[in-house]
Amino acid sequence: MTNKNSNWDLSPAPESTGHISLNDHYGVFIDGEFRTPAHGNRFQSINPSTGELLAEITESSAEDVDQAVAAARKAFSGEWSKIGGRERGKYLYRLARMLQEKSREFAVIESLDGGKPIRESRDVDVPLAAAHLFYYAGWADKISYAFPNRNPKPVGVAGQIIPWNFPLLMAAWKIAPALATGNTVVLKPAETTSLTALKLAELIQEAGFPPGVVNIVTGHGDVGAAIVNHDDVDKVAFTGSTEVGKLIQKSIAGTNKRCTLELGGKAANIVFDDAAIDQAVEGIVNGIYFNQGHVCCAGSRLFVQESIHDELIAKLKHRMGTLIVGDPMDKNTDVGAINSREQLATIEHYIEVGKQEGAEFYQTDCELPQQGFWCRPTLFTDVAQSNRIAQEEIFGPVLAVQTFRTVAEVIKKANNTPYGLSAGVWTDKGSKIFNMTSQMKAGVVWANTYNLFDPASPFGGYKESGFGREGGLHGLSAYLEI
Amino acid sequence: MNQRQSAHVFSSPAIDQVGVVERAKRFTARSIKNEAKMKGLEMVLSMIDLTTLEGMDTEGKVKQLCYKAQHLHDSIEGLPNVAAVCVYPNFVGLAKRVLAGSDIKVASVATAFPSGNSSLEIKLADVAMAVSEGADEIDMVISRGRFHHGDYNFVFDEIAAVKAACGSARLKTILETGELGSLDKVRLASDIAIAAGADFIKTSTGKIQPAATMPVTLVMLEAIRDHFQKTGLMVGMKPAGGISKAKLALHYLIMVKETLGNDWLDPKWFRFGASSLANDVLMQIAKQQTGAYQAANYFAVD
Repeated sequence: MTNKNSNWDLSPAPESTGHISLNDHYGVFIDGEFRTPAHGNRFQSINPSTGELLAEITESSAEDVDQAVAAARKAFSGEWSKIGGRERGKYLYRLARMLQEKSREFAVIESLDGGKPIRESRDVDVPLAAAHLFYYAGWADKISYAFPNRNPKPVGVAGQIIPWNFPLLMAAWKIAPALATGNTVVLKPAETTSLTALKLAELIQEAGFPPGVVNIVTGHGDVGAAIVNHDDVDKVAFTGSTEVGKLIQKSIAGTNKRCTLELGGKAANIVFDDAAIDQAVEGIVNGIYFNQGHVCCAGSRLFVQESIHDELIAKLKHRMGTLIVGDPMDKNTDVGAINSREQLATIEHYIEVGKQEGAEFYQTDCELPQQGFWCRPTLFTDVAQSNRIAQEEIFGPVLAVQTFRTVAEVIKKANNTPYGLSAGVWTDKGSKIFNMTSQMKAGVVWANTYNLFDPASPFGGYKESGFGREGGLHGLSAYLEI
Repeated sequence: MNQRQSAHVFSSPAIDQVGVVERAKRFTARSIKNEAKMKGLEMVLSMIDLTTLEGMDTEGKVKQLCYKAQHLHDSIEGLPNVAAVCVYPNFVGLAKRVLAGSDIKVASVATAFPSGNSSLEIKLADVAMAVSEGADEIDMVISRGRFHHGDYNFVFDEIAAVKAACGSARLKTILETGELGSLDKVRLASDIAIAAGADFIKTSTGKIQPAATMPVTLVMLEAIRDHFQKTGLMVGMKPAGGISKAKLALHYLIMVKETLGNDWLDPKWFRFGASSLANDVLMQIAKQQTGAYQAANYFAVD
């Protein structure tokens, strides 16, 4: 019989991991083959939710990078730049389809390696990665229509460095437009999350891409630096921190390397008193707790019109209480593990800063697993524009809430940041949306939604959030001499 | 329950349809396994208002329905009964007699169901008849025509009058959301019904398509939550029509749990208006117990 007022808790619903195939160790992917460099330097890739070892990854040397760039150059001068857009498109379509076929394996590995909930890697990361490949496959034989009367030409060898928050998706964002436009690439995944890029290399091999079109070298920051500084790299594409982005800018100054940077953010998510409040709460949660807040466009600064502040915060706390935090492999998990020990330390540091600054601190009281790296969904209210937690990127599930009175005030405060990647506006009034979107200094402005991505839509920043756009027609031009 | 105020100006929060649909979809991504599934299925059974509302209803049909309500599937032990049977007013007396001694409620539709197009006097007489025959619950319909005309005070007053006529019977107010046209109107009608004294708000008569959907139900649950947060008073919810599969019913329960909390996971506060849902739930329970699906013919169709 049913108990009245029963606590109806969900039983564990773990995604099985038995079907995936992972090697004990991985070499680097150069010229169409996996190579085990003679130096034998490796580091460990662990599961951040348990601390268990997943595989050993090669710490590439400058010589490995040299070989990768040479292979990319050979492929660019050889077959790849001559086979034509239609053939390049076929390869990309094939890769996209193969990724879809293996989507379950990729989703599981992405969650094991990065700590993100399987629901997200299954429903967001992997499908979006495939969508990007499909989208740019479609452009491959239509480049001349995209830039009429310009005779666009590929740039050459692209050096691409991607972050750990969306490992496979960022690889697809980088590789798809580069290959569609006829370039070849040397890609370096982040050191904590190399596995899905290496699995993608296996697919590229299986799809029969000409050797050297895609090369993947693994390792830490100095490997990235070796790619950036390599004489034979024509274009650098980087997604990551603003700090590293500035270093890259400095190091390529005086060269003729082209560059696009997609860097940090501290996005304003603005809720007006006429907004659909329950849906706004949903968007706030999706804006900051999606992927544990490891999102460069996360809506980490919430601006609430003062007249609805208390009601909205009460609703937000209620919704936060329904978030399930824990095992990323459980299909019901909403918030997974923090990606690394280092990142957890950064987040905890900022939480301390927030408390010391006098902001009101709130966390849900959910239980956390014993092993691994975890942070409860966190909320700071009574935050001021002068607080560090409102100024600096935390890259974790920490939301800083400020109030405002007028449209003019909130525009001024929202733009009062060195960043400008994204923003959100919540109002039932169309005219207000158009007013806001034209005045926000942000590359992406979402209206009545948040963290919604589409391969056809360009993505990129203002100010210290970087320059250049990825996605859409804009994403092609970064890889073309027009 | 008369602590509620009669609002003379009705204003409800804006509803963003795209956001509601997205949120509703998210509940369906919950994976309900093992003990949670079994407990959920039993909860669904205990929340069903087993319904027959046909022009060709007969004494025989109503008797059979009442028997089914008490004996869902006797070959499985320990199953709960449904919450109520729901019939037209002229069958209330019969249903009460057949169900005497059980804790199953008798609900009756009233107020010129399903259109609601009649005078207040006739609607109140309809309610009075059902109540005098012993109805525990009255399922009224709101005047959708007057609602669309903008006569919100009329709609409010009518609900309040029906509530008064119910006496101790609990009032479920059917909004007939399939005729309201937008989620903003669903929210407004929910707020009016709650303010006027409804003990339950209910989506549909079952005579109009679409009947209950998850987005519509979510908007109504949010109205109930907002009212509870402001007043501390609970209001019940009954989606009706279109829920015939156990899996969908479980997703509704997830939605109730995450929107209102565990207190609402109780037949006193949440019901399914359905005629064919019970058998699919029974089939799933049998499957959980035996490991195999049984043919539909093993489950009684009353």
